[in-house]
Amino acid sequence: MSTEFWIAQSFNGISYGALLFLLASGLSLIFGVMRVVNLAHGSYFMLGGYVGLTVALRTRSFTVACLAAAVAIGLVGIGMERFFLRRLHGQVLGQVLMTIGFALIFQDLALLIWGGDPYTVPIPALLTGTVRLGGAVFPIYRIFIVGVAIVVGLALWLVLDRTRVGAMIRAAVDDAEMAQGVGINVPRVSLAVFALGAALAALGGVIGGGFLGVYPGADFEVLPYAFVVVIVGGLGSLPGAVAGSLLVGLLDNFGKALFPELSYFTLFAPMALILAIRPTGLFGRS
Amino acid sequence: MTAGAPALRLDNLCRAFGGLQAVDGVTLEVRPGERRALIGPNGAGKTTLFNLISGALPPTSGRISLFGQDVTDAPAHRRAALGLARTFQITNLFPDLTVLENCLLAVQAHTPTRFSMLRPVRGYPGLLDRARATLASLELGTLGDAVVKNLSHGEQRQLEIALALAGQPKVLLLDEPTAGLSPAESRLMAGLLRRLDPAITVLMIEHDMDIALELSEMVAVLHYGRVIADGPRERVKADPQVKEIYLGA
Amino acid sequence: MIGRRALLAAAAVVVLAVAAPLLPAYPLTLLTQALIVGILAMSLDVMLGYTGLSSLGHAAYFGVGAYAVAIMTTERQAGLVACLVVGVLLAAATAAVFGLLAIRATGTYFLMITLALGMVIWGLAFRWVSLTKGDNGIAGVPRPSLGPLDLSGPVPFFYFCLVSAALAWALMGLLVISPFGLGLRGIRGSETRMQALGYNVWLHKYAAFVISGVFAGFGGTLWAYYNGFVSPNDVQLVTSVETLLMVALGGPGTLIGPALGAGIIVFLKNFVSVYTKRWLLILGGVYIGVILFAPNGIVGALRGRRR
Repeated sequence: MSTEFWIAQSFNGISYGALLFLLASGLSLIFGVMRVVNLAHGSYFMLGGYVGLTVALRTRSFTVACLAAAVAIGLVGIGMERFFLRRLHGQVLGQVLMTIGFALIFQDLALLIWGGDPYTVPIPALLTGTVRLGGAVFPIYRIFIVGVAIVVGLALWLVLDRTRVGAMIRAAVDDAEMAQGVGINVPRVSLAVFALGAALAALGGVIGGGFLGVYPGADFEVLPYAFVVVIVGGLGSLPGAVAGSLLVGLLDNFGKALFPELSYFTLFAPMALILAIRPTGLFGRS
Repeated sequence: MTAGAPALRLDNLCRAFGGLQAVDGVTLEVRPGERRALIGPNGAGKTTLFNLISGALPPTSGRISLFGQDVTDAPAHRRAALGLARTFQITNLFPDLTVLENCLLAVQAHTPTRFSMLRPVRGYPGLLDRARATLASLELGTLGDAVVKNLSHGEQRQLEIALALAGQPKVLLLDEPTAGLSPAESRLMAGLLRRLDPAITVLMIEHDMDIALELSEMVAVLHYGRVIADGPRERVKADPQVKEIYLGA
Repeated sequence: MIGRRALLAAAAVVVLAVAAPLLPAYPLTLLTQALIVGILAMSLDVMLGYTGLSSLGHAAYFGVGAYAVAIMTTERQAGLVACLVVGVLLAAATAAVFGLLAIRATGTYFLMITLALGMVIWGLAFRWVSLTKGDNGIAGVPRPSLGPLDLSGPVPFFYFCLVSAALAWALMGLLVISPFGLGLRGIRGSETRMQALGYNVWLHKYAAFVISGVFAGFGGTLWAYYNGFVSPNDVQLVTSVETLLMVALGGPGTLIGPALGAGIIVFLKNFVSVYTKRWLLILGGVYIGVILFAPNGIVGALRGRRR
């Protein structure tokens, strides 16, 4: 295994982790604030990719596609939370079943609207091609993904740490009942967090659609990854989402490259180890 | 178990939550068969202390022993096996099961029967009889088939005690047994508690001062996580510090 | 109380046994499928309805049992008893290992860990091509024979599954009305109270997890014989979730309810997909409908009204 192999694989792992961060950061915050199990989160990713695809083809603008997907799926998320999930507060089984129901409906609608063929989201020419750094070759698009994740991560951190809204969100993650008690409108905060999570997932779907493609089944394929990131990182923790995404991205990549037959095992065995030592994840609280 | 050892001994027990010292160096000794009340203003750390003793919460430092045996690192169910039982301030029953089933769970808890998988519960008449007897002793005999969530608050508080007693404990922690009861129900509860087996050691948190002092000859007063008075009830009642806390506040 | 239920169950078994030779082939195979999947659903009910633990990876143990049979029959021509024993033991071993990881978690974490563990099995089925033939699956699993009895015909195989399902139901039924079963219901009601009473809650949950995995594995072994073909689809997330739906639809904590739910979903799947390609949409609607309109499931609703 040459140095190039390790560098290339590490970079691939990091860039995949960056994509996962977009997906999982929202999921982690949603869990943290609302303790809601949303099995349709992968669907947001997939639908975001499809919507982004259509908008990109129509407007020929990648940026507009990203925005449109985020807004559209954010609205879907708001609708789901406001009219369906809200009444299932605390009922884990109910949430699981209802969100799966939606996931199946979304899957079928996607099949109906876009058909069964895989597509790739057209990316701007600026982002195609590769760049040479040191002795290794890096695809520009993957550098772009890492860049987006860093920007999003920083933005989330600034909002959570420096703004009043962020303080409200952190309070709600800490103790929703107390937060409500001191006058924070927890339902509205929850709705905002849910919409944000959905929008971020959709953004991930469009961006991911540029190199992984959009296809039926992407929703259930990416969902376990998001869950593993959140488990490993800890519910409701942004640093946890960063650490988890990087870890999962790298483990998955190296696992597939070095031990293709063991597949998910190379991913979940370390996860199991981490959980054995810290049951609430690296940065989580009980 | 050491002969002559106190039923319950707490040694410099501490529990911190972040910066808050909920329990701050509590040292306490309760002799077998003693009735001790644990009183103190709200937030003094009484329920936290109970959670430490029962094993629901680990201490930050300090030691706990039951009948001379150190149980500081023992999980809650091990302490229960050694004879410790507790009730909860906020009623903690099995809401979808019947009253009899609730009591059965308490009765079978210390028996190997609890692992029996291929014989129905009703095939164990001994257990059923013990459960019914416990219910009867707490005036719940007629409610055996009622589902717990349909009971009145007073009946649920009685069942709380029944569950703790069904396992024939040696040390009983009562957390505000009269919480939420009307004066009449409180009187009834006091009557039930007065009839407890004198061999059982009882440590009781109680807000109703009259009932607390009526049922226990020894009193410990907790304030901001510290024991500020501890002794026979008349002496504690007359303690100027105690009076200030209760009358000054 | 068990007297009445046992009587009803016995009556149902008799009715099915008598009707079987008279039914046309297609409904008979669907009934057979319903019985097998019913075992899986009941095994999940032990975890979900009785112990209160929502597992999203139950198809894993079903799949281990199925693959064990598939591999043993196609590669070693192993007999029925050997296959059943190995299948069930492997499923038990899987549950034993997975349980060590999962049981220390609660609530949402438990859900996610069981999902992840289910994916491990799916991943192995998909990628360990030398063992499982990957995406192609293992085909050509022959119908079994028990000594001189040939169980390959639809009616004899149906009887075999009927007896198996009835046995599974009886054993799980005994479990849930036993003192151990009462303990599980107590854990579902209040873990903290159970701890305070002196129960080693972790141990009871773990035992329930493994037992549940054993029965799921048993269902899986039958499935391999029924379907003749085992593939990663049998262990995918959707299968685990469908099992959850069967339990919710039939009524968690009623044991027979989930079996009924299994039957309904099996029949729905097979009939509806004949008339429309939008089967997923309808299934999704069923999921949502159950939660909105029948949160205690069918049997749960019936029992509720009787009280």
